[in-house]
Amino acid sequence: MTPTPIRNNRLTLGRVVLYLLLVLFAVYYIVPLYVTLSTSFKSLDEIRSGNLLALPQVWQFDSWAKAWDSACTGVTCDGMQPFFWNSIKMVIPAVLISTFLGAFNGYVFAHWRFRGSEVLFAGLLVGCFIPFQVVILPMAQLLGSFGLANTTTGLVFVHVVYGTAFTTLFFRNYYIGVPEELIKAARIDGAGFFLIFRKIVLPISGPIFVVCIIWQFTQIWNDFLFGIVFASGDSQPITVGLNNLVNTSTGVKEYNVNMAAAVIAALPTLLVYLVAGRYFVRGLTAGAVKG
Amino acid sequence: MVLGPTLIASLIFVYGFIILTGWLSLTESRLMPNYEFAGLVQYYELFGNERWWTSLKNLGIFGILFIGCSIVIGLFLAILLDQKIRAEGALRAIYLYPMALSFIVTGTAWKWMLNPSLGLEKVMHDWGWTSFTFDWLVNSDMAIYTVVIAGVWQSSGFVMALFLAGLRGIDDEIIKAAQVDGASLPTIYWRIVIPAMRPVFFSVLLILAHIAIKSFDLVIALTAGGPGNSSSVPAIFMYQFSFTRGQLGLGSASAMMMLATIVAVLVPLMYLETRSAKAMR
Repeated sequence: MTPTPIRNNRLTLGRVVLYLLLVLFAVYYIVPLYVTLSTSFKSLDEIRSGNLLALPQVWQFDSWAKAWDSACTGVTCDGMQPFFWNSIKMVIPAVLISTFLGAFNGYVFAHWRFRGSEVLFAGLLVGCFIPFQVVILPMAQLLGSFGLANTTTGLVFVHVVYGTAFTTLFFRNYYIGVPEELIKAARIDGAGFFLIFRKIVLPISGPIFVVCIIWQFTQIWNDFLFGIVFASGDSQPITVGLNNLVNTSTGVKEYNVNMAAAVIAALPTLLVYLVAGRYFVRGLTAGAVKG
Repeated sequence: MVLGPTLIASLIFVYGFIILTGWLSLTESRLMPNYEFAGLVQYYELFGNERWWTSLKNLGIFGILFIGCSIVIGLFLAILLDQKIRAEGALRAIYLYPMALSFIVTGTAWKWMLNPSLGLEKVMHDWGWTSFTFDWLVNSDMAIYTVVIAGVWQSSGFVMALFLAGLRGIDDEIIKAAQVDGASLPTIYWRIVIPAMRPVFFSVLLILAHIAIKSFDLVIALTAGGPGNSSSVPAIFMYQFSFTRGQLGLGSASAMMMLATIVAVLVPLMYLETRSAKAMR
């Protein structure tokens, strides 16, 4: 059967509308990024006289240099750079420790079940759902009494403690898919807990490690609540630094510097998203099924 | 035992700390914690506090609009993308990238875009619409809606990804059969596809409600709860009373109320979700 021309025409019109809508939405998501970037390259004069949506007429890079190492963020004027390194120093150990703990826990919950392990697992998952406001006051006291208040070590500790519930969930759900027979056979052959983990489980864990590391990296890098409550001065992460910079009331508001600083704060997670977006989405949806 | 450290940590730092916070909320603690039992004074004070009521009202407005708009946009985009689109991968990447950003970055960017004198308002003036005003950021009646705008921008792409995964999980045969029966595409989606995605709706609701109740950084970056405290939310109330106003008891009481809100929203949702999952089987 050949479709009549009119029907064919209507169909293509529908497709055009469909693509138009999709492109419009794409524009909606892109515009804030575009505005942020273009503003960061404009001079303050051009920002005041020009149009928000226009490209810079004269590209200037001073605002980037200033955002990086000399913009004022309250008392100090060292730009985003110290905060950036604080975040790096915090995020690397926190991600690695919470991921490895999660891998071990997930392995136990999936293949070394014991009486009550399901209940314990459910109990552990509660940690994914609580609003952290309900634990930060005792935690602040605890960190204070151990001399960890306002230190990067303290922040790493907090992120590991509250991140492990998620990482355990990731790994447990992944390892459930590993055939029980494989583990049982190895156990009959006399292989122990760690040997099985190292020889059988770890070699097939690549994808879930990537998913988990990306998820944890994004969560911890983007965290603000723990950063503002448990850190001060020279341990504050970049989200706190950016917020300080934007809200510093001394002098004129330098929107171009603010925008450059925002891009600097966003760059690491955006890069991860660009390079490993596939895994990022998988992490998000895996984190989603937790319900 | 390998699990030991994690389980003990969870016992102390989740359950133990919730109990401690709960206990603090029953004391008269101000700047320093004081563990002398004082009954429900902090809760009476909390619910007599106008600012707390503003925070609750804002959470209601934000929660409903944020969840509603994110679901509508997310579902709509997922259905559009499910029509065998060219360059689907690229479009999906564009819709989803805001999720990789920190709420502080999102707030900073939108604060600039919504700037009353230099932002979108000026764009409209430059384009000839000189009577256009958009001062929501500094308007105490409207400030909370700017949080909705930025929040939906950040999260709707994520909702799209969840719905798209749900759509892909639906058996093509059912749709084909309905098409053979002469059902139109909107009818198929409305009557067959969307009802089949019940579990996805529950997950999406669960996640969005969770984000809404905890929302803190986005509000801080956009309006800092202002002007005045017109756009305050419970998380901001908790932070300010606990850490800048030295009212630990009241801060703890507000934290416990946040926990109660999450439990009140999540438990029925989870119950319904497991029930619908069982019904599906």
